[in-house]
Amino acid sequence: MTVYYTKEHEWVSIDGDTAVVGITDFAQGQLGDIVFVEVPKPGAQVTQGGEAAVVESVKAASDVYAPVSGEVIEGNQALEDDPSLVNTAPETDGWFFKLRLSDNGQLNDLMNADEYKAFVDSQ
Amino acid sequence: MSDNNLPLNDWHLARGARMVPFAGYSMPIQYEGIMAEHKWVRESAGLFDVSHMGQLIIAGGGAEKALETLLPADLSILKEGRLRYSLLLSPDGGIVDDLMVTRRGDHFYMVVNGATKEGDIAYLRENLPPGVVIDHMKEQALLALQGPKAVDVLARIAPQIAELGFMQGGAFDLGGVTAWVSRSGYTGEDGFEISVPAKVVSEIADLLTGKPEVKPIGLGARDSLRLEAGLPLYGHDLDTGTTPIEADLGFAISKRRRAEGGFPGATRIIGEMEGGTITRRVGIAIEGRQPVREGAMVMDFEGNEVGKVTSGGFSPILEAPIAMAYVPSALAIEGAAISLAQRGKIFQARVIPMPFVPHRYNRKGAGK
Repeated sequence: MTVYYTKEHEWVSIDGDTAVVGITDFAQGQLGDIVFVEVPKPGAQVTQGGEAAVVESVKAASDVYAPVSGEVIEGNQALEDDPSLVNTAPETDGWFFKLRLSDNGQLNDLMNADEYKAFVDSQ
Repeated sequence: MSDNNLPLNDWHLARGARMVPFAGYSMPIQYEGIMAEHKWVRESAGLFDVSHMGQLIIAGGGAEKALETLLPADLSILKEGRLRYSLLLSPDGGIVDDLMVTRRGDHFYMVVNGATKEGDIAYLRENLPPGVVIDHMKEQALLALQGPKAVDVLARIAPQIAELGFMQGGAFDLGGVTAWVSRSGYTGEDGFEISVPAKVVSEIADLLTGKPEVKPIGLGARDSLRLEAGLPLYGHDLDTGTTPIEADLGFAISKRRRAEGGFPGATRIIGEMEGGTITRRVGIAIEGRQPVREGAMVMDFEGNEVGKVTSGGFSPILEAPIAMAYVPSALAIEGAAISLAQRGKIFQARVIPMPFVPHRYNRKGAGK
């Protein structure tokens, strides 16, 4: 299982042709207290860089973009009842959605953990 | 344009504040987090730096009568050390700013919004007679200590402060500094606003946050607190295109002034008090958990835009989305069902009374 990162602060964990997507710990820290999350429904097609989910803090609404293209398999229903999971466990239980990758080549556009850390430090 | 620093800038940074541009200044949006700060103010006491606000002195012979030509307040019955909420009005009855005005000895002390203070001062200078002098007290900082334990904290420093009633102020010694303290605020809680010289404000901030009941609170929680309290924010819920009656601020038109007029837009405003307005500011509860924010549209059943949301967010106390909106007067009744549209999505909502969270002011005497 390999984890990749985007410049929009999403992470995507790859296991075969299945991807799990969430937002990074840095992103949740910037957003502050999360009060609402809207995840895509199974069957939805998302495209790399396109809007895929919505996350709202007390202060503002933000879009979450799909790090890679594919068909959504599952949205994390736990976030509907407890959006604060994104704050407390952003890179584990606070995942947003799972999808079936349509193009593995898109992973080349993403950062690995070291590259993402350097990117955040430069912000 | 770069943002100016307020006197407590380094103080905020040393306490881990996240700073944002606001009203031309760099200001703290949050320290530990908006939700935690919000709840702390409702349970204990929070210190806000509101030094961006304009503190003015209006002095000179005839100041009272002259101010009454711009504000709809009855200043003749405003007693020494008392303050009231008022509105700076434009000739067509629009709201130039909302403010607090205090009778203080031989002058009036006025606190106006930070983003509008320069315009307010210009408007006052243009419209007040030459004998009335306006002093913009740029050397004064302004703090607010808000929450149910604020009175305990201040009473340990200056016991007499506990005797102030809501909307009453006085001069007190806070650790060797003479401060003007009023029992007022913008959170719906009991609390105080504290005007001190900018050069000693960090000492006062240290003195107050040194008490176990007090934490520093950022602008984020200030906004969510005032929204729960149903208090409008100038530039969002109020502007020059809004009249006091549309804004549901009719209480700011004093009885004598309603009878006599003589303030800007009086004909229109008094007419609206009797005949009503096309739209009105109301409180709204939204179904579900997703916040509906400023700019969302109020829709009629045919999908036409009939109003707009001017403030909205998630209430940490109610754990639900709440908003203020201007809606057609026919819908400005408790329980009315309305639809809202935001980013292509429709939300069901209903009109509910404000404040969303009850006020807990320290009103003296009978009633409340």
